[in-house]
Amino acid sequence: MLPVLQLGPLALQLPGLLILLGIWMGLSLAEKFAIKRHFPVESLYNLVFSALTVGLVGARLGSLLQAPQAFWASPLSLFSLNPALLDPISGVAAGLAASLWYGKRNHLPGWATLDALTPLLAMGMLGLALAHIASGQAYGAVTSLPWSIELWGARRHPSQFYELAAATLILLSLGRRSQQADAAAGSLFAIFVALTAGLRLFLEAFRGDSTLLPGGIRSAQVLAWLALAAALVLLHKLESSARPPEARLKGN
Amino acid sequence: MKFMQPEKKFVFYGMILLAGLLWIGASAIPSSASTTQEISAPQTGFLAPDFSLTTLDNQPVRLSELRGKVILLNLWASWCPPCKAEMPALERTYQAYKDQGLVVLAVNSTIQDTRSAAQTFMEANQLTFPVPLDTQGEVTRLYRVQSLPTTFFIGPDGMIREVVIGGPMSEALLRSRVENLLKEVR
Repeated sequence: MLPVLQLGPLALQLPGLLILLGIWMGLSLAEKFAIKRHFPVESLYNLVFSALTVGLVGARLGSLLQAPQAFWASPLSLFSLNPALLDPISGVAAGLAASLWYGKRNHLPGWATLDALTPLLAMGMLGLALAHIASGQAYGAVTSLPWSIELWGARRHPSQFYELAAATLILLSLGRRSQQADAAAGSLFAIFVALTAGLRLFLEAFRGDSTLLPGGIRSAQVLAWLALAAALVLLHKLESSARPPEARLKGN
Repeated sequence: MKFMQPEKKFVFYGMILLAGLLWIGASAIPSSASTTQEISAPQTGFLAPDFSLTTLDNQPVRLSELRGKVILLNLWASWCPPCKAEMPALERTYQAYKDQGLVVLAVNSTIQDTRSAAQTFMEANQLTFPVPLDTQGEVTRLYRVQSLPTTFFIGPDGMIREVVIGGPMSEALLRSRVENLLKEVR
C-alpha cells in the first residue's frame, strides 16, 4: 500500500496518478485499434476530451448541488483542487451526456464508437485496480486462506489483486477478440461489459466493504448481474443480426 | 464461442445468468456475521484507532471519550505549507460548528516538529481549536500517516467516514463533510 509517492518536497497521490496513467495508455491502445478499424482517430480523441472535461465540471457541480450551503459560505472552493470535492456519479453522468452529444453532432456510428472506446475502458479498469492496490481501498473480506494478506487489522482476501488479475484477463481476451475483422460492430464493447460485470459479480463475494441490501445481498452484485444480462442480450442480438440472411432462415 | 450455434449460445447465456443469481444468493452475508466495525484501522469504514495525548494547553485528550461527537482529526506540522494553508479554513469551520457538536483535533506531529514552533504558529494565526501533541509519534504511526496533512472525518459512532490525504482542503470540503456528519447528531 502506497497512497502517496514522496518525491522530495512533492507528495504525489499515487492512486490518482495510476488512474491517469491507465487513461493515457488506454487512449494510445484505443488509437491503434481505431486505425485498424478505420475509425476517425481525431473524433475519438475529441470525444474523450469532451467527456473528460464535461465530466470534471459535472463532478464539481454535482458536489455543489449536494452541499450548496457549504459553497455559499466559501464560493472560491468551487475552483479548489481537492479531488474529494468531485462527485463521481455526477461526473460519469455528465461525461456520458457529453459523449452522446458529441457523437450525435458528428454523426459517429454508435456501435463502432463504443468498440473504439473499449480498449480505453479496459485499460482504465486496470488503472483502477492498481489504484486500489496503492490506496488499500476495495479491500477483501477476512479470511484464513494461505494467500491472505495483512490489511486494515486482519488477514484478508487480496481483493485488489483479484481485481488486477480480472482486469488483465479482460484486456487479454479483448486483445484476442479485436483481431477478428468480421466481428459485428458493438460486439467488442458487449463482450467487455459482459466480462467486467461477470467477474465483478464473482469477485464481489470476496470483498469486505460491500454495500448490503436487505437479506445481506451485495448491491454491487445485483448491479453487475443486471449489466451482465443486458450485455448478453445485446451480444445475442448483435450476433444474430450479423449472420447472413440464409443462415438466419435455416436457423443455424 | 464462435463454434457454438446461436440457439445453444442462448441457452448458455441463460445458464450464466442463472449461475449468477445462485452466486449472489450463496455469497450473501448472514445478518449474524460480524462486520469490520469491531476492528480499528485508519481507513474509511473502520473504527478510528484510540489514542491519548496532551494538548498545547496541557489538557489530556482521549479519542474514545469523545464518542457521540463529530470529530475532525487533522495531522499537521508547522513546517508543512499545505498544512498551514488549510488552517484558516479549519478555524472557520470549527467556529461555525463547534456549538453543534464538532470537535477539531489538530494533532501536531511533534515527533517531526517542535512544541514551540506549533505554539508560535497557533498564536500568530489566532487558531483556537485544541492541538494535541504527538511527541512520541504514536498517532502518526497508528494512523499510518505517510504525508502531511492527513485528515480523518470521524462520525459520532467512532467510525472513520472519510480520509483526505494531502491538502490544502477547501472550506467547502470541510463544511460539506461536517454538515453531513452533524445530521447524525441532531
